[in-house]
Amino acid sequence: MIQLNTFEEVLKEAGTQNKKLYEICQEHEAEILETSVEKVREKVQINLNAMKDAIFSGLKSKEKSMSGLCGDDCAKLIEKYKSGKIFFSETYQKVLLYSFATIEQNLRMGKIVACPTAGSCAIVPSVIVAMSEAANANEEIQINALITAGLIGEIVSNKLALAGAVAGCQSECGVASAMAAAALVEIYNGTNDQILQAAALTLKNIMGLVCDPVAGLVEVPCVKRNAFLAIYAITGAELAMAGINSVIPIDEIVDAMKQVGELMSPTLKESSEAGLATTKTGLEIAQALIQKWNAGS
Amino acid sequence: MEKQKTLFDVIGPVIIGPSSSHTAGAVRIGYLAGKIFGEIPQKVKFRLYNSFAKTGKGHGTDKGLLGGVLGLDVDNENIKKAFDYARKLNVQYEFEYANDHNRHPNSVDIHLEGSYKMDITGVSLGAGEVCITKINGYKFNINGDYDTLVLIYKDKPGMVYKVTALLQNYNLNIATMHCDRNAKGQEASMGICIDGSLPESLLTSLAEIDGVYLIRNIEVLKK
Repeated sequence: MIQLNTFEEVLKEAGTQNKKLYEICQEHEAEILETSVEKVREKVQINLNAMKDAIFSGLKSKEKSMSGLCGDDCAKLIEKYKSGKIFFSETYQKVLLYSFATIEQNLRMGKIVACPTAGSCAIVPSVIVAMSEAANANEEIQINALITAGLIGEIVSNKLALAGAVAGCQSECGVASAMAAAALVEIYNGTNDQILQAAALTLKNIMGLVCDPVAGLVEVPCVKRNAFLAIYAITGAELAMAGINSVIPIDEIVDAMKQVGELMSPTLKESSEAGLATTKTGLEIAQALIQKWNAGS
Repeated sequence: MEKQKTLFDVIGPVIIGPSSSHTAGAVRIGYLAGKIFGEIPQKVKFRLYNSFAKTGKGHGTDKGLLGGVLGLDVDNENIKKAFDYARKLNVQYEFEYANDHNRHPNSVDIHLEGSYKMDITGVSLGAGEVCITKINGYKFNINGDYDTLVLIYKDKPGMVYKVTALLQNYNLNIATMHCDRNAKGQEASMGICIDGSLPESLLTSLAEIDGVYLIRNIEVLKK
């Protein structure tokens, strides 16, 4: 069986077999699930469709979360894009809208695809769906892109637990952004090396991101962070497609992220004991929510 | 034993948000507990510990646990309306919140009452992975990765043999097996994870073993 332990190995294997990374990944997956490549792709398609459903449900809603902290930012952006000064191209507007739509579906207990986690669920879908619309990429290409994203996450997860509680937000939204950057290179039919360069550049520049959610909820800063890191992924892809390479190879970046995660204070790993969670406002919000919930609402 | 990672751990699962540990994990614990109990309870009481207690309301952990007990899966959009669903089924529910640092940060004790009573403890391990660690005080390790046979029976010689011999008759391979008991000669428990699935006729044969009090076949979770 092909081993997907390091990026170096996978790149080499793909080169030897003259295949794209997604092909190596889907064949490996078929082997471990004891099924066919077609069945693997069908399952990926189901998840891709669930991502699109979340986007399109999210675009129509402004229902707030249970805490009342978030939930109407997508609606505000839609309003802005109807009128007013717009900085972004139509494609970038879509990336932002789709990311808010998805993450807001998540916080209102809607159906989403954890990618790699629920708190970072909007980054990969918003980039793949919006950029595929811009590139006129058909569903087969979108599936290839999503498998490429999955391969990045899977290999990173061999070394680094994809959990804010273990390694901070760099391992959730940071990894999601690298997955999205890789997917975008695949949509534009970049080379295997460019795919890994896009992921490497993205990971490298988000290293050390902490997980400090206000009141312990997947809302502040997670909602806006998904949108920011969706846009950020595009920078990684853009640079890689221009032949701009990461000086540090991706496997070594993942090792460094793991080390940074271990050195990160436990107070900054989802425990809400430092950072934004313990700012004056963060603490006031947490206190108000305790009172609200003790009052039984 | 580390689970083989798959692509769908990273681009999945499809779940109800907002949190894989505090929402989807809660649903799965409830779901497994409901299957182990084996009927829709008339009353259910949840005691949430630590992080589950502290942030549970904002993550819908309460709705997830209750919805799961009532048979809703992690991607069922009715989880959000679990309280209404419970009222419709005439299920009384109650939540308690506790802080106990001897307990896992995301753990819950579930007390179920129906035609009989049962106590189940579960923990949410992150990324939607869960484990049922106790049933009526007996240690178990049920995570939904395999079809799992749950047995509670009289503690006497030959019981493990009788059960495994029946599995052998069906050519079923045991992946893992855990046994526990309360006191010598009283009651004991077995949790057996199987490669493949358990046929109905095997369950009937297991029920015929003298001294078996409870049998459940907990099917692998859809992941």
